[in-house]
Amino acid sequence: MNRIGIIGDADSVLGFKAFGLDAYACLNKDEAAETLHKIVKDDYGIIFITERYYMEIEDEIAKYAELRIPAIVAIPGSDGGYGIGLSNVKRAVEKAVGADILFGDK
Amino acid sequence: MARLNVKPTRMVLSKLKGQLKVAVKGHKLLKDKRDELMRIFIEQAKEIKTFREEVDPKLEEVYQSFAVARAVVSPEMLEEALMFPKTSVSLVATTKNVMSVDVPSFDFKQSSNDTDSVYPYGFATTSGALDQAIEKLTALFPQLMKLAEMEKEAMLLADEIEKTRRRVNALEYVKIPAYQETIKYIKMKLSEDERGNQTRLMKVKDMMLEEERQKQLARDAEMLAKADAS
Repeated sequence: MNRIGIIGDADSVLGFKAFGLDAYACLNKDEAAETLHKIVKDDYGIIFITERYYMEIEDEIAKYAELRIPAIVAIPGSDGGYGIGLSNVKRAVEKAVGADILFGDK
Repeated sequence: MARLNVKPTRMVLSKLKGQLKVAVKGHKLLKDKRDELMRIFIEQAKEIKTFREEVDPKLEEVYQSFAVARAVVSPEMLEEALMFPKTSVSLVATTKNVMSVDVPSFDFKQSSNDTDSVYPYGFATTSGALDQAIEKLTALFPQLMKLAEMEKEAMLLADEIEKTRRRVNALEYVKIPAYQETIKYIKMKLSEDERGNQTRLMKVKDMMLEEERQKQLARDAEMLAKADAS
């Protein structure tokens, strides 16, 4: 049995908390990174991170890219989307195919 | 092209031939693997793209609803209302095997003691906007899970494709040519040795014949001398 976590600013994670996720409200990126390192070792299956923090702690997240679980996924936060999710897929495509064949220049 | 640093002997030659065979076979298999992975991956990536474009705006809607709720209800009240979630989500992560890449597959269950309501609060102190927000989030959540699953799968596949492609290229452009080059080199070297040996033998034979002839001449001369004397 795995848990689902969400890391983000307080406004964003509030609703998810009501839904029953383990919500970690963070004030800044250091706190977010720290939280990530802490909970990644627990039995989380999915960790959602709001896009702003995702952007800021990308290097930290990359360390866990090869793990099968948890899946660390960027979702838009309450401050709006930055399109990180899509650009992640775009990067994966570039890595796999060698060129971006799906998205074009955006 | 780099030739392998080996001794040109028949033993090494036959070993290299075996290795070349394995390399060629492996190259073909890996190439097939790469192509299939690529096909799956591209399909997946397209799906994710449309899915993302669908989910992201919906999530923003959820946030908007929460924002409205926050505007209507005082922060303390909101905090209080959402403090103890009534439902809990549990996730069963299993492994799916896609072309020998282990990818996670998530199956989530929302457990609640009260089946007909996900709202962890009474309706007296909160506004309808909050109900709406939570309702929307509940509806959206399965999609978010699916998205997480697909994105993770795509990332893992991308990794695997990159690795496989490197292996294919290493075999195709480095290993196999090196083997071929070395095999060719050994073959040439061996036949060169063979030719060298042949000529040496011929030369030796010539020398022996010459020696024999000289001896014969000497014997003949001796016999002639003897005949003259008598």
